[in-house]
Parts: sequence; structure tokens; C-alpha cells
Amino acid sequence: MSLTRRAFLGRSALIGCSAAASPLLTPVSFAAAPWDTRLVVIVLRGAMDGLDVVQPYGDPKLTAWRPTFIPGPNGGAKDLDGFFSLNKALKPLWPLWKSGELGFVHAVSTPYRDKRSHFEGQDLLEAGTTHLLDNRDGWLNRMLQVLPGVEPQTAFAIGHGEMRLLDGPAPVANWTPEVELSLSPQAMQLAQVMMEDDPQFHAAFTDAVMLSGGTLEIEPLNQETPADAVLDEDGNPLPGGMMAERQMMAEDTQAMGRKPRVSVYKDVAAFAAEQLRGPARVASFSINGWDSHQRQEKVLTAALGNLSDVILTLKSDLGPQIWGKTAVVAVTEFGRTVRENGTVGTDHGTGGAMLMAGGAIRGGKVYGRWPGLAEADLYEGRDLMPTGDVRAPIGWIMRGLTGLSRSEIESVVFPGLDMGKPMKILA
Amino acid sequence: MFSGELAEIRFGCGLSPKVAPPETAEVMLQRLAGPDTMAQDFPIETFSQFLVRFHEHRDRLLEIIRTSGKKRGDPEFAEVTRAANRDARQRIMTAFGQNMLRWSRTDQGFRERLTVFWGDHFTAYVKNGLLQYISHGYVEEVIRPRMAGKFEDLLIAVTLHPVMMRFLEQETSVGPDSPYGKKRADQNSGLNENLAREVLELHTLGVNADYSQDDVRQLAELFTGMSLEDSGTSFVFLDRRAQPGTETILGKTYGGGKAKVEDIMAALTDLARNPMTARHISGKLAVHFVSDTPDPALVDHMTARYLDTDGDLMAVYGAMLEHPASWDPTLSNVKQAIDFVGSSCRALAIAPRRIDKLKPAEIDRILLRPMQSMGQRWLRPAGPNGWPEEDVVWVTPQSLAARFSWAMSAPQRLQPDLPQPPRFAETTLGSFLPPRVQFAAKAAEQRSEAIGLVLSSPAFQRR
Repeated sequence: MSLTRRAFLGRSALIGCSAAASPLLTPVSFAAAPWDTRLVVIVLRGAMDGLDVVQPYGDPKLTAWRPTFIPGPNGGAKDLDGFFSLNKALKPLWPLWKSGELGFVHAVSTPYRDKRSHFEGQDLLEAGTTHLLDNRDGWLNRMLQVLPGVEPQTAFAIGHGEMRLLDGPAPVANWTPEVELSLSPQAMQLAQVMMEDDPQFHAAFTDAVMLSGGTLEIEPLNQETPADAVLDEDGNPLPGGMMAERQMMAEDTQAMGRKPRVSVYKDVAAFAAEQLRGPARVASFSINGWDSHQRQEKVLTAALGNLSDVILTLKSDLGPQIWGKTAVVAVTEFGRTVRENGTVGTDHGTGGAMLMAGGAIRGGKVYGRWPGLAEADLYEGRDLMPTGDVRAPIGWIMRGLTGLSRSEIESVVFPGLDMGKPMKILA
Repeated sequence: MFSGELAEIRFGCGLSPKVAPPETAEVMLQRLAGPDTMAQDFPIETFSQFLVRFHEHRDRLLEIIRTSGKKRGDPEFAEVTRAANRDARQRIMTAFGQNMLRWSRTDQGFRERLTVFWGDHFTAYVKNGLLQYISHGYVEEVIRPRMAGKFEDLLIAVTLHPVMMRFLEQETSVGPDSPYGKKRADQNSGLNENLAREVLELHTLGVNADYSQDDVRQLAELFTGMSLEDSGTSFVFLDRRAQPGTETILGKTYGGGKAKVEDIMAALTDLARNPMTARHISGKLAVHFVSDTPDPALVDHMTARYLDTDGDLMAVYGAMLEHPASWDPTLSNVKQAIDFVGSSCRALAIAPRRIDKLKPAEIDRILLRPMQSMGQRWLRPAGPNGWPEEDVVWVTPQSLAARFSWAMSAPQRLQPDLPQPPRFAETTLGSFLPPRVQFAAKAAEQRSEAIGLVLSSPAFQRR
């Protein structure tokens, strides 16, 4: 970690103090939210193949659909329960499975059907509704709307991309662990006055001041090599720098069989943990790279490596006490075709799997009702049949963590959802 | 109705202290139909020009393999590749400097804006190898010269281009019942729906249109045969990979005889002229240029013109520019990062002699890296759906902090002779200058802060 970033993380831990001291901000109290559990929601963008992550190797039909894939212990996967096996790229998480801090729900999906568009699929996943509505607030924001004591630092959307599940009227901090805002005190006051002309800009500006601690000099553009520059193999800064480029380099290096130099996702997880050790109770971010139309093994190994890094970073950085009351859920827009395609990959499908981790969940188990893989059991003869709504397990986790009532979850957070029988997925 | 100032702000590159706004909407369209003066004055490497260097590089590698038997991973091999990659990355930075000079100096701002719009609509980039560094050459050669023609010609040129084909993996797609597919049935060759799906969902009909998974599948089967020659840089049609028989898309049947690319072009032409495409393209233009929620009458007007002219884009632009809803004097849309940086460069009237002096790495530090902090890596949105249009995405605390930080520090690096702030506020915002911004420009302690405040103002960030 560079000095710049360390300094920033240190400051952000003190947000409360500096913001309260700033004359430009409306005084707010920074009392912790009245609930003390932690919820981390990870959106796996690109459609994760649940069948290859939690492999139903005990179903004899699997290899008939996927002749070149080798599921189960024969392919290096870890047996979970005699029927399912865990993709070998998630082996670093094996100790969590053994200790009951890792679990899955299989054959689940959102209500999205048939068009199999990533973007629509993600929109519905984040809206948390049954149909795509014009109203664009996200389900995690609606949860905050009905919980008491929510402050601007209660929930964090982290990273460059959009996190629509946190869009909406409840206050949400939106940040990437790289940016700093810094103005002289006088320029700050003039800016504040100028921003009052436009409510949308004013709100974003107020949050930016708070999140950056409201001080510090301007990021210099003229120094030879910025402390956090991303360098190529020869030590030259890369164009555009930062996240995507680093990710690309990590992938390139991985493809060449060497250890990746940096993981942006680890930085994001470390930043999330930093906030969750403070007043934050909810954090959400994305892991991209699941769209495995071609050479699925390579694609999935890289993406699962990132997911496993993230979970282990959260666990270590949160520390045992907070990890013990944390639930991490990782969800994707839809699953992938049961049949492998012509390019050693799979295409957009329907039913998939959801991952849960953390000390608050009752892991060591694959939840959900298995539909089978016979042709007649498949959705439209091509996809895993969803036997459960992915919103139901999230609803039960939310119920256990925050105390929201079932009717609030079914009417406000996930309107139109029937949560079904209690799933008992919390420890 | 029409105002030159608003035309520059909403449909152009912003107000300039050096270049006068267009007098009428007709002048805007005439200039777009005329010669591309900025492409001549500030050239950007095209895809074809890039390929010359690409093949030199490839020949060198093949030569090393032939003479020494060395392979990928060998230090000598790696050094040649590293040098080529480094050179290509620097050329991206140089190209972006040229791009900003076009924004600064053009009297055809609408052309620069359309380049951003269509480059985004047809987002495509190669994900690895040397070709990953030439997205700007694809936009320059394939898209920019076709923005004033028929939509079908743009669509066909883009769909058949190696950059798009590789981005959406079309070259790997093989008809399962084709001679090639049958021979290789067990060797990982088969249909890939990726390009067909995005052509329907993103490029033509739009995701809300009335089409089915069957249409996707049928179009994917029709697309089989589209392929690339060995180096992966030029299009070939290989009928032995094409799925035999006819394909039916939206109720119309294509092919049937010997497989040929003309069948694919016929289907793309029909898709381009489809009423759902007319509405999708018209709506997207209106959202991009006018408002997140455009007046339905504006979209209807553009759609009707599109259908009357079979997708003549000049006519559609004309319909947009003649409609009163396009000239609502309230500034609405928030500029995307590239528009924010570009219109700032124009307001500062950055000069070729200054940009030409910057090293590529400096252009990166001053322009490209900050743009990424604002949420936009040049020509690299995360997916084929391009950058979001919604204002809320661009006014996050993060993005706004990055804009402030850039506005306070970059102008003096781009224009060492900073203008007088009160005058700068007037030339940059014209009659849209709010009193509070005018005050801030006078009251700031430092010239750089005053300039930074003007550029950071909501009035400058909207259009």
C-alpha cells in the first residue's frame, strides 16, 4: 500500500471528527446505527456459472451436458457433501466451509426471464423488484429507508462502477479508495456557495467534503511519478492508470502463470473493512469478469480468485469480533446454460447460485431445492430451473441482521416477494 | 428556439474565447456534411495505419521464432513485445492530446460530440495483444467518416469490423451443422451468440423491443461464416463455417443458397430500417444531447424522420435541431467526464504548441488519469453497453471531487498563461453565467482557484 493511500485511509477513519468540525456542514450526529451487525453485498457482474462454482457432480447428467468440463474431486474440486463440489479456485475458502462460515444457495434466480441481457438482469437484481420498473431506487437503499438511525456513513457504495442497489433517497456514501478532494479554505467556501444553486451538485459536494476529511492539498499533476501510479514492467506509468489497468495487468500476469502484482479488489475489500470497523453497517461493491462464453476455466479461475481474495481480506481486516457478526452475500444477474457451448464456455442462462460467508451465517451447507438436470427438468430445455427466488435468502439474512419484519421486507424492500418458510441460514 | 450559445453548449464542445458559435442550425449541419477539417489539422492514427506497424511487429516475432526457435516467454521475445506495447500505449496518450486540440479549435463541435456518441454506441475494443491499444483508430476510421450517412452503412461497417468481431467473439462462432463444425464437433467449436445478441439489444432494436431468444439464435446462425484471417486483423467470410439452411429473424427469412456475406448485410439493413431501431436510435440521441427524460414529442418527431428517410442520419439530426424541445434554455444534462475535460480545454483555448511539447506520460497524468478518477477511462467502458447516460452516475461525490481536483490544478499545466478570471467566466458561460459563479471568479485568492471554481460550477458541468 502506498503512503498516499495509507494517509487517506487514516483520514477517512476520522471522518466524523473533521466533518463535525467543519463550519460548512450542517451539524449531524455520528451515533452508530442502532443495529450492530454488518452486511456486505457483492454483485458478481457478467453472470457467474453457478453450476461450475458449486458443481452438482453427483448428478450423472452433468458430464453429459458438459463433456469437456471435469467436475468433482476428479477435476481437483473439493467435495462438499457427496453431491456438490467446490470449484478448485475457491480452495482458499475451504477452512471457512469447515468452520461453518461459508455456504451457498443453489438453483436460485431473480424473477428476470428470457431475454438474458446482462444489463437488464443486473438492473432487476439491483432494483429487487419483480418487474423492471421506471422507479430506479435499489433494494439495499430501501432497506436503509425503513431502518432507524441511518447516517451518511452507515452504508458505502465502493468503486468506480454504478451500484444501483444503493441508489435512492436514503443517504449513502459513495467512494473509491483513490480520490481526494482538497481546496483552500476560501475556495471551499466559494465552492459551497456556488453549489447551492444546484441541489444535485450541492448534495454530492457536501458528501465529497465529508468523505475526504475536508482538507489536504491538491493532487499534484506535475511530479514525475505519483506515489500511486500504476507502472508497466519497465516502470512507466500506464495510460489512464488505476483500476481497470491494474486489473488488466493482474489478469495478464496471471495468464502468464505468475502471481498477480496487485489486486484492486483486495484494496476495495480493505477499504470496506476499514469503514465497517467504524460507523458503517453496510458495504457494497462489484466483482466483474464472470462472462465465460469462451475458455470458461480460465475466466472463472481469475474471477473466483478475486472473490476469494475479497472474502479473506474482509475476514482478516474485520477481525474475529466483527467478522463474527458479519454476513457477506455474493449474487449475480443470472446463471449460464447447462450445456457447454462450442467455445469451451457457457452462454447466458437462468438459474444460478448465491454465495454467503461470514461469522453470522450458518454455513457448511448448500441450501436450496435441486431441480435435476434431465432435459425435462431444465428451464426452456437449456438452463438450470430456478427453484427459489434469490431475494428470499437475502430477505431472511436481512431479517436476522437488522430485525426488520417479514412484512416490511416483503412489501418495501423486495415488493412482491414471498419469503416462504424460514430458511434458518443465520448462525 | 435556436441560439448560437446554446448550440455550442448543448450540441457542441462548449463556448470558446477564440471560435464563434454557429449562426444557425443549418450551418451546423452544412459543416458536418462538409470536410472534416479537424481530422486534417490534428490527425489521429487510423486502424489501417496501425496495422502497418502491427504487421511489422508480428513479422519480427515470426522471424525470431523461425531463426532461433525462441518462443513466448523467452527474454528476447518478451523484450520485443514490451517495446511494441510501450510504443502503442504512448500513442494512445498522443492521440488523446490531438483529440483535445480538436475540441479546443473546431468550428464543427457537433462532429466531435457525435464521435463520442457513436463511438460509445458501438463500443468495441480488443482485450489483449497489441490491438488492445487501437480503439481510437477504430473510431477514427470506421465510425467518424460514416456519422453523416445512412445508419445501415455505419451498422454494417462496424459489425463486420475485426475490432467489433473480436470484442464480441464472433470469429469463434461456427455453425454446428457446417462442414467445419461437423468435422470439429468434439473440438470446442460451435455457436457463440454474443455479437448477435448485442446487435439486437444494443445496436439496433434496443432491449425493450419486441424480439425473442429465437431471433438472437437465428441471427447468430446467420452470422456464422463471418471470420478473421490468421492474424486476426481483417475480415474474411468462410462459407465452410456457415450454418446451412435459412434463418428467420423477426419473421423474415434470409439465406438458403450458398452462404454469403450479402445475406448478413441484408439482415443488418432490415434491422437498421426497423421502426423499433428508429425509435431506439432517436431516443438515445435525444437522451444524450437534450435530457435524461426528453420530450416524447421530440423523440416522435425524430423517429418519424428516421422512418421517412430509411435512417438518413443527417435528416434525423436535422429533426432534432429543428424541434423546439431541443432548445429549452434550462441547462439539464450533466457532461460526461470526457465532455467536461474537453469543454474545459476549449474554454482555456489550449494551443497546439503547448500540447505538442508535452510528453505522452504528461498527457496521461494531466488528462487521462484524472478522467478515470472522474469515472471514465477513454474508450474503455466496462461492457458493450457503453457509458451510462443518467446524470446521477456522473454527479457522485467521487466524480465531483475528481473534477474539482482537476479543475484546480490542470488548467495551468495546459495553458500556462491563464486568462483573467472574470473575463474567463464570461467567455466560458456567456449569458448562462450565474451571479454566484461570477462572484467566485472575482473573489478567489488565486487565479488558478478562480479558474478552477468556474470550471467546477454546476452551470459549466451541465449543458
